Amino acid sequence: MASVNLLSTQGLSRNFGGLKAVSEVDFDLPEGQVRALIGPNGAGKTTFVGMLCGRISASAGRVSFLGEDVTTLPAHKRIARGMAYTFQITSIFGKLSLRENVALAVRRRLGRDAGQVTAEVETSLSRVGLLDRVDQIADDLSYGHQRLLEIAMGLGQKPKLLILDEPTQGLADSEIEEFKSLIRSMAGQTTVLLIEHNMNVVMEMADVITVLNFGEVLAEGTPEEIHNNADVQSAYLGTG
Amino acid sequence: MSDVRKSLVLHGGLIALLLVLHFILPDYHHGNLARVMVLAVYAMGYNVLFGYTGLLSLGHAMFFAAGMYGMGLTIQHLGFSAEAALVAGVLAAFVLSTVVGFLALRTTGVAFMIVTLMFAQTGYLTILYFGEWTRGDEGFVIQKASRVIAGFDVSDPGNRYLAALVLFAVCMAVILKLVQAPFGRVLIAIRENEERARMLGYDVFRHKLAAIIISGTMSGAAGAFYGLLFGYAGASFASVQYSIFPLLWVLLGGAGTVTGPLVGALFMFYLIDITSGLTSAYMLFAGIALVLLTVFARQGMVGEIRRRLAPWLP
Repeated sequence: MASVNLLSTQGLSRNFGGLKAVSEVDFDLPEGQVRALIGPNGAGKTTFVGMLCGRISASAGRVSFLGEDVTTLPAHKRIARGMAYTFQITSIFGKLSLRENVALAVRRRLGRDAGQVTAEVETSLSRVGLLDRVDQIADDLSYGHQRLLEIAMGLGQKPKLLILDEPTQGLADSEIEEFKSLIRSMAGQTTVLLIEHNMNVVMEMADVITVLNFGEVLAEGTPEEIHNNADVQSAYLGTG
Repeated sequence: MSDVRKSLVLHGGLIALLLVLHFILPDYHHGNLARVMVLAVYAMGYNVLFGYTGLLSLGHAMFFAAGMYGMGLTIQHLGFSAEAALVAGVLAAFVLSTVVGFLALRTTGVAFMIVTLMFAQTGYLTILYFGEWTRGDEGFVIQKASRVIAGFDVSDPGNRYLAALVLFAVCMAVILKLVQAPFGRVLIAIRENEERARMLGYDVFRHKLAAIIISGTMSGAAGAFYGLLFGYAGASFASVQYSIFPLLWVLLGGAGTVTGPLVGALFMFYLIDITSGLTSAYMLFAGIALVLLTVFARQGMVGEIRRRLAPWLP
């Protein structure tokens, strides 16, 4: 079997006391795919991606990224290998300018090359439509713009795998449209793992959808398959 | 004018002003300012950790004292020259801050404050315990003959002032370079949002450890110079009070600003100097000043100037 999986997990589990938040998840993410991870609240989505990027340690199982076992690597080393993570609850440097926020994301790769840093900061900000606010303080942005800034920080890292935890939460409809075209523009270059509640976004953007329920994989397939899956409908989509 | 140039003019101008003051200040204030400059170096070191990295240490007196005793004891008992003794002092602070950093960084928040406080108490008690060599509370005088740096006798007030100014200028340049470099930007990022900094791929532990080492070593350099320039090493410099001082200076002057530590140290020095002439309850005035500051200028004097007038201030 040709190993084209960028990321995969085997038996990945996490217990919080007696609660199995994530249980024995086997997951493969091929390079270049846009994958959506959906499931009801409390299904273990954020815990699962937390284990992928190292924010949360796994109770059992393993994670491999780019063909190497990264299960015991601390978060910052996994990020340095090409993951990027955007937080469900907006996490930016509120007292710093947008420029500095994104520069921090860019500089880890580029170091001291100030000219190149500036160029990439401006590219990342223009891709989310915030370039005209480059010198504003991040706290002064509206909530939706802060979400976009967070995505720009993800882009600035030029990751191989971009993990977006509910990126469209709190965005206006027009901003969601822009977000969709942004994801489309990355198609093929960046592998995207998207936790998302907005079904329109999921059905439209994802190549493949994985459904988590009670910490286990309930179903996996194309948007169409998932849409017609009876288990998913009863667990998550209501009566469909 | 670009921000870099403004900053160069401001900080260069400050050094030039301090040099001019050397020639015009009356003896009393001239002596005070030499003392304040060395104490400001201590505060600048403290500010690297507190102001820029966001880690509140309550034990920096141990680094100041490590520098002072590393310098003083090697002169006193090993017959080191002033230059070698200064190196020994700075080295002592470097080693201590590395070890304390490794251990204290296992904690965060309030626990970090307590752990640093306890380490500093251990340091203080160690100095008292080895009273045979350190002369404990009483301390010891560093003989005039030993106080010669590169041919300049620093027991002479003029040379002393200039030595303090050189130390101050060098340390300020280091801080200025540091906070504008990518490394310093990461420290600020850690202060602002540690989890986000980690999830951008930065090794937070390594950066914090480096911040403690830089901070502790600079505080130690201040301690070594203070002992040598003013000819005395004593255990009171390792006491809790001397851990609190740099915190107050930095808060007054402006945490996370390059010139704040000097402004804070100068303000506090003269506040105590003037009010202690009026009443024995002079610490009351220091307290009132702090209360006023927390109410009206939470970011300290220079911090407030930055917020209102000059956002480019590093």
